[in-house]
Amino acid sequence: MEAVSQKIDIENIRKRFPVLNQEVNGKPLIYFDNAASSQTVDSVVDSVVNFYEADHANIHRGIHTLAERSTKAYEATREHVHKFINSAEADEIIFTKGTTESINLVAHSWGSVNLKEGDEIILSQLEHHSNIVPWQLIAKQKGAKIKVIPINEKGELDLAEYKKLVNEKTKMVAVNYISNSLGTINPVRVIIDYAFQRGVATLIDAAQAAPHLKIDVQDLNCDFLAFSSHKMYGPTGIGILFGRRELLESIPPYQGGGEMIKDVSFEETSYNDIPYKFEAGTPNIGDTIAFDKAMSFIEEIGYEAIQSHENELLDYATNKLNQIKGFKPIGTAEKKASVISFLVEGVHPYDLGQLMDVKGIAVRTGHHCTQPLMDYLGIDGTVRASFAIYNTEEEIDLFCEALQQIVNRFS
Amino acid sequence: MDLIKKRQEEIIEEFALLDGDMEMALNYIMELGDELSSFPEEERIEDNIVKGCQSKVWMTASLDQGRVKFKSDSNTAITKGLVSLLVRVLNQSSPEDVINAEIYFPGQIGMDRFIGTQRSNGFAAMIKQMKLYAVALSAKDQTI
Repeated sequence: MEAVSQKIDIENIRKRFPVLNQEVNGKPLIYFDNAASSQTVDSVVDSVVNFYEADHANIHRGIHTLAERSTKAYEATREHVHKFINSAEADEIIFTKGTTESINLVAHSWGSVNLKEGDEIILSQLEHHSNIVPWQLIAKQKGAKIKVIPINEKGELDLAEYKKLVNEKTKMVAVNYISNSLGTINPVRVIIDYAFQRGVATLIDAAQAAPHLKIDVQDLNCDFLAFSSHKMYGPTGIGILFGRRELLESIPPYQGGGEMIKDVSFEETSYNDIPYKFEAGTPNIGDTIAFDKAMSFIEEIGYEAIQSHENELLDYATNKLNQIKGFKPIGTAEKKASVISFLVEGVHPYDLGQLMDVKGIAVRTGHHCTQPLMDYLGIDGTVRASFAIYNTEEEIDLFCEALQQIVNRFS
Repeated sequence: MDLIKKRQEEIIEEFALLDGDMEMALNYIMELGDELSSFPEEERIEDNIVKGCQSKVWMTASLDQGRVKFKSDSNTAITKGLVSLLVRVLNQSSPEDVINAEIYFPGQIGMDRFIGTQRSNGFAAMIKQMKLYAVALSAKDQTI
């Protein structure tokens, strides 16, 4: 097989992210908190500005020119998402305010008509709180139970245990594609296939996957899939929910309001078709339209090139960090995204994060919204460095140098 | 009250020498934490944890000849340094002086710039806890 030798021009890419070109605490900014939120590409910023300067109007309800323009642009983004993740049709794409809202929508609406007392929902030890708490809420209401797929010492899901957990009471399997805390890339295809063959619904939290991997929902064969724009060089406040048409049509709306109705009287309301049934009220129009540009940016570079660059950074950083005395990686899965979670002996993660910040380096510290995982690992939290397309080996050198200085101070 | 003010002025002067360099300030704070007298292992219990801090902070207070004696520790070096500043300012004062103390040095040394909002909230929680201890000790003192 021909190796991916396509070198991308990082310097030019960095120019498209003006935010990177600044000093923090008198040092050049090194931004390694991409798993929390990536920086925004210039074309997205331009699109937001252009919307408010030229096209701002409410969508789907005006006949005037501006309303027509904004509606067209908004629906063009939906079309783009449909092609981007290869859904069977654009109507299966619902805009939300983020992955969290997408999962809440499914847990609430799907759960309200598909769960009953004694039913079981399977999650994994690696889940973010946003793929735990919504299920707990509906499970409590319905008397359903949560079951958890365990992990091995590398931070990989135990598939044999997963298969044992699935039984006739199982109604939903909801797992993440990539762990936000450890970077583990989960074998979601296997998980979905096993559930599908047994008539169990599946939801994939792809918030961490969408920035790094090509997602094809028809190939994955999942029932629902959720992700967020703000981890994909796009604006905050925009999430996507993919759902199979027959499922979306069979479940009740999440919220009531304008846009999601066909006819309203005080006695009865009939609901609009999908996707509008799930998009009550005026959405975040400007940012949704701008998300189109974020997808274009990713397509211009290509997932293959993105992955190749990020994997190089991951390998480079892992090798360098392993040379630092006391460095302990948390999560060493065979298949990993460009996330390094770690501890350093004798240095508390909070101190490390703060001392990195005064050196201009942004990393994440704490439990990363995965408290059950941290409890399972018996730690309070970790330091997490996560890389994106605009990061460089030079930045990793400076990061390792800074870490070494901090470690020296504590030893 | 004068003593509490004097100690705060000393801290302000020391930090002025660092000329706003945040890295130096953090290192200095950690050094001060290193000098904090050791905290007894048996007092590292849930009851002595200061609520409202992200890091773990243990604190006890006792009365010694009418003066409050604070002991404190933290599981993170920066927080330990921060709490050591408060101990330095308020230690060995009467409960009344602790209760009435106006803690103004954090603003003067620009502390919120290098500890961030979350730690600032924790810092406020520490001051509150020290004053609560002083109130309790003052009540206890009067009943003796």
